[in-house]
Amino acid sequence: METTQIKDTEQKNTAMEANTTIQPGDTISGSQAVLEALIAEGVVTIFGYPGGAIMPIYDALYDYNDKLEHVLVRHEQGGIHAAQGFARTSGKTGVVFATSGPGATNLVTGLADAQIDSTPLVCITGQVFAHLLGTDAFQETDVINVTMPVTKWNYQVTDAHEIPNVLAKAFHIARSGRPGPVLVDITKNAQLQQFEYPGYQKCNHVRSYRPKPIVRKEYIAEAAKLINSAQKPFVIFGQGVILGGAENEFKAFIEKGNLPAAWTIMGESALPTDHPLGVGMLGMHGNYGPNVLTNECDVLIAIGMRFDDRVTGRLDKYAKQAKVIHLDIDPAEVDKNVKTTVPVWGDCKETLPLLTALIEQKDHSNWLSEFAKYAAEEDKECIQPEMHPEGDVMSMAEVMQALNELTKGDAVIVTDVGQHQMVACRYAKFTQTRSNVTSGGLGTMGFGLPAAIGAKYGAPDRTVVAIIGDGGFQMTLQELGTIMQFGAAVKILILNNEFLGMVRQWQQLFHDRRYSFVNITSPDFVMLAKSYGIEGQTIDQRAALKTALKTMLDHDGAYLLEVKVGKENNVFPMVPQGSSVAEIRLK
Amino acid sequence: MKQQYTITVYAEDQIGLLARITIIFSRRKINIDSLNTSSSEIPGIHRFNIVIDETEEVVKKLCKQIEKQVEVLKAYYNLNSEIIWQELALYKVPTSQVTDKMIVERVLREHGARVVSINNDYTVFECTGHREETDKLVKLFEEYGLIEFVRGARVAIIKSSEGFHKKIKEFEAREPGEEVIENEFLNEQDSVFSM
Repeated sequence: METTQIKDTEQKNTAMEANTTIQPGDTISGSQAVLEALIAEGVVTIFGYPGGAIMPIYDALYDYNDKLEHVLVRHEQGGIHAAQGFARTSGKTGVVFATSGPGATNLVTGLADAQIDSTPLVCITGQVFAHLLGTDAFQETDVINVTMPVTKWNYQVTDAHEIPNVLAKAFHIARSGRPGPVLVDITKNAQLQQFEYPGYQKCNHVRSYRPKPIVRKEYIAEAAKLINSAQKPFVIFGQGVILGGAENEFKAFIEKGNLPAAWTIMGESALPTDHPLGVGMLGMHGNYGPNVLTNECDVLIAIGMRFDDRVTGRLDKYAKQAKVIHLDIDPAEVDKNVKTTVPVWGDCKETLPLLTALIEQKDHSNWLSEFAKYAAEEDKECIQPEMHPEGDVMSMAEVMQALNELTKGDAVIVTDVGQHQMVACRYAKFTQTRSNVTSGGLGTMGFGLPAAIGAKYGAPDRTVVAIIGDGGFQMTLQELGTIMQFGAAVKILILNNEFLGMVRQWQQLFHDRRYSFVNITSPDFVMLAKSYGIEGQTIDQRAALKTALKTMLDHDGAYLLEVKVGKENNVFPMVPQGSSVAEIRLK
Repeated sequence: MKQQYTITVYAEDQIGLLARITIIFSRRKINIDSLNTSSSEIPGIHRFNIVIDETEEVVKKLCKQIEKQVEVLKAYYNLNSEIIWQELALYKVPTSQVTDKMIVERVLREHGARVVSINNDYTVFECTGHREETDKLVKLFEEYGLIEFVRGARVAIIKSSEGFHKKIKEFEAREPGEEVIENEFLNEQDSVFSM
């Protein structure tokens, strides 16, 4: 198998500055202008797939081989999920190329996923010649309107002169404020058009766009007063902490106030999982204490999170007793789902230190011990039985536990969607931020494998483990081809329960065990991987687990390990849909 | 309680922005009762007036979602009591009916209507007012063989505001608008090579 090493980003950056040859005033094509823009924005890796309407850009790319690395995915959906994984681990903007029509429509799922999980992406799609727009031309789709609800911003370019400015704007919009996906649709004539290159100027300001709300000190003072008077303050945090790069500011804040803090699935890894003030995960399959005590705290401090229904459960019974402080960069999030007592608009990197300065050092040991009490009960009723199941059949939780012991929490964990995702997020240990890559808001099955490829490009020095179910893996397994060709050393851990497990669990609990189309058969995953030149093995014995995991992690390159787990295991605790968080069930 | 609200949006004049704004309503299955969009007093800035029946809580959230759009400067919402508004209506009636049967003078006086055009075949009246007022005139003209009726969307001025005019002028001085590039290639179908 021929593999290309993932290149070191920084080395490449300096290399390309040295041999930039195009100067302002030169006559170049629109396509060259696109690639010049990417280089100016520090882009190194592009995930993409060529086609008719984007051929001029690919033709120009032929000459940029030394400056830009293009990863040829096997499906545009794989391309955009890879760009998401890249953005999530690197903190940079992911870049995707796709052609018009089907190429562009295949991006839609990834755009929706990136939009709801606030992931910065710039997608460049080819479009038919401008004079053919609206004629039902070959591979013509109205991509601007199709993607409108799932992009932060989109724009159609029909003239090459627009390209430098529009791309500068695209990158600025994608990464500023609350990040999100941006799509730029470029007609083929604009790609081919020769024009006088005006040079590239980065954009840091768009008229009518205010990415950062003005920080209001009076609200921060009011929030501090509330926190200082609280007997049972409770912090819940989301991805905003990671997106703002405010992990240290966040830690300083909770440590000064001795504030118990629970994460949403998207906020996980912003705080090391073994931090004494980290009390666990919120939500439908989150931890017992954080859910129950949400309805007992007196001040709820929400930081960079959006009160998703999977976190709040039944809204009219959610934290009704508490005063709510909401820190968010997006003013539309304040009061959207939960009524706020004190809103603190702004980037939490800025607002948290201001708040920390005003809060008093407190000892909340009595309140913290309540969390410990619930944690002990969950451990006894739920976690221990999961970790040490009776019988020979392995549980997902014990696989995670064995993995934690080997990675020591230093790995990037990428998950797909379903039971394995909930188990992975419940049990995975994290020591560093940007380590948990999962499809949170959209719940996109098929996200895991391509996102893991991108995650590896975003964090080339780290171990990336993709934990995927047998169902989700079959949705995007074509990306094994991308691994084969480009060599991303992704560790693929398939937890196979021979069911679409989460749907089966719901059918069992809420539909009288009427298992409607949830038993799914699988190919021989190991043989499949081998056909792509990827090593692997299947295990179904507990005794083999640790060695198998170690073999996977130690293997030089990508590896696929399939672990057969209990077929009808359920994920608990669980807040049944329509129930309050306090009604969380341990079994 | 659901009430009639008028939403006023100031936004950059960009292709597709109307769709970006209307999908915020359609996504939530909210019907737009009336929608007017036209260029404002500032070049490059459009003003939208959108009328919907909703609770204040929903309207507030809608405005935040509208303001979240990159090209939108500001979105306000107001109850009918907080605005002055007008809707313009045109009525086409057979001229024979107008001359033979209708007491035209009374119609004009009582309804504040105007005659816009008189033709051998038809006469066009115009009336500006609230919905009830223009509706009343529909009833009346129906008796005289109304041929065609059309009503424009609501345009509204906010009573209490000190006016966005000054703010937007200052804004514009700081950040002049960009020109919208429209598709100039659509008429060149034959002269352009395509694959």
